[in-house]
Amino acid sequence: MNDQGLSSYFQFSNVDWGNMLTSTWETLWLTIVSMIVVAILGIALGLLLFETTDSHNPLVRLLNWVVALFVNVFRSIPFIILIVLLLPITQKLVGTIIGPRAALPSLIISAAPFYARMVELAFHELDHGVVEAAESMGATRWQIIRKVLLPESMPALVSGITVTTISLIGYTAMAGAIGAGGLGNLAYQDGFQSNNNAITLVATVIIVIIVFIFQFLGDLAVKHIDKRA
Amino acid sequence: MIEFKDVTKTFATKQGAVHAVQDVNLSIEDGHIYGIVGYSGAGKSTLVRMLNGLETPTSGSVDIDGVEITVLTGTKLREQRHKIGMIFQHFNLLWSRTVLQNIMFPLEIAGQSKAAAQKKAEHLADLVGLAGREQAYPSELSGGQKQRVGIARALANDPQILLSDEATSALDPQTTDEVLDLLLDINKKLNLTIVLITHEMHVIRKIADHVAVMEDGKIVEQGPVLEVFKRPKQAVTKRFVNEEVTPSLHDTTAVVEQLVAKYPKGTIVQLTFHGDQAKLPIVSEMLKQYGNLDLNIIEGNIHQTQEGAIGSLYIQITGDPADIDGALAYLQKLRVETEVLNRE
Repeated sequence: MNDQGLSSYFQFSNVDWGNMLTSTWETLWLTIVSMIVVAILGIALGLLLFETTDSHNPLVRLLNWVVALFVNVFRSIPFIILIVLLLPITQKLVGTIIGPRAALPSLIISAAPFYARMVELAFHELDHGVVEAAESMGATRWQIIRKVLLPESMPALVSGITVTTISLIGYTAMAGAIGAGGLGNLAYQDGFQSNNNAITLVATVIIVIIVFIFQFLGDLAVKHIDKRA
Repeated sequence: MIEFKDVTKTFATKQGAVHAVQDVNLSIEDGHIYGIVGYSGAGKSTLVRMLNGLETPTSGSVDIDGVEITVLTGTKLREQRHKIGMIFQHFNLLWSRTVLQNIMFPLEIAGQSKAAAQKKAEHLADLVGLAGREQAYPSELSGGQKQRVGIARALANDPQILLSDEATSALDPQTTDEVLDLLLDINKKLNLTIVLITHEMHVIRKIADHVAVMEDGKIVEQGPVLEVFKRPKQAVTKRFVNEEVTPSLHDTTAVVEQLVAKYPKGTIVQLTFHGDQAKLPIVSEMLKQYGNLDLNIIEGNIHQTQEGAIGSLYIQITGDPADIDGALAYLQKLRVETEVLNRE
């Protein structure tokens, strides 16, 4: 039986490093795949929100209202509830409710609306004069999106996806607790349920390192892209 | 040839209808530099934005070379916009692009190949005096350099018309003059029509050949710059012209009053010069003919405009009354506008 005192944190002999590595890869895989999908979906939704704001066309206004409602609703649902709520949908989409792949739908549906709001805000913060200049040159709406909105707001988009990814890492751990695999799963099952605090500690340290790496890469990218100052 | 015909623009606001532009009729000949001057809110911005369809009039029509801009939409409107360059008060450059990439931007929009766009952009950077700065980002440039990028970018698609929206209002006086010189140079080199809006009469004087004065959405006065400077009719025009020609009118009046008190015997005359007269040695000729007169210059200023010089001179003449009469008659013979402010 394991000792349950504070020294239990340091009983590293109980750590199965092979398992730890597998779980780390699962967490990274979950994070990166959901980040990519969230980035694409979030930018698309953010653009849709931005482009449909203040339209005179009643149909467009309706679309804006529907998208905004979708975004607000899914942003408000606590993640742990969202996973449970989406279980039947996950079963339908992925074919299982266990393992890393099963965590993807709820991770994406929870984070994409969050990022979409950041994207919309980034577009609103752009200097309208630049958009007007592009219009005066005869740019199409699509050219303005591709050549003005996206590149000019890139630092905000990248720092937004960094923040979103870091909360995604937290969500992967939560998803792990109900069987999605990854470090959260390991910390819960092999750490908490088997009274093995060393495993929990190591999993925590690895997650912190992953967060730091994503933050560092995000900051580095923003610094490289931002030519404003 | 640009023609505004009975153009009106009305905005509906919560406070009721706002007439941004009212019954404007204006013709601008090719190759001219047409200045539209007015205080902020006079409707100048709305008016010029009708030329590239960024604004549409509520009624009336805007024609460029017989093409009615007001009815263009979609692809036709965008193609028309390629032929009209525009520069802005705050430059509106893309900070994420280098100087060269900013100049290439309108060429990309017009669907030119990258190689052709780059070649053209390099030539334009050179034309506006930015050779060597092509790889810099806007944040590394001074205000004047940024506006040069703006000008190069506006010229990229070989436009027939350049619209300038307060393009020098964010610049210091020296940079303003450099940018205005560049615009004048481009106008001459490319025979480009320039429509510029400004609230600074200095800008009009320096490069415009024609001017329209706007107030409350209406054009209250228009014509060749020198005509308008010479004989401003409307109160708002007088205010603009006075700002420029006699910046210290009030001071001068005080000086005249002092001089009148100090030299009650003198005759104080205001001379106004127009065009070529300002180049002639009129005052010294007058003194040579009436050698017994004494002359005291109180204040004066002469400005160069695109159509000649304009200015005024305040002088005090003392001496024999007959000689003074002769001198005044001589000045009038040379068509110098003379106004006797005080005579003993």
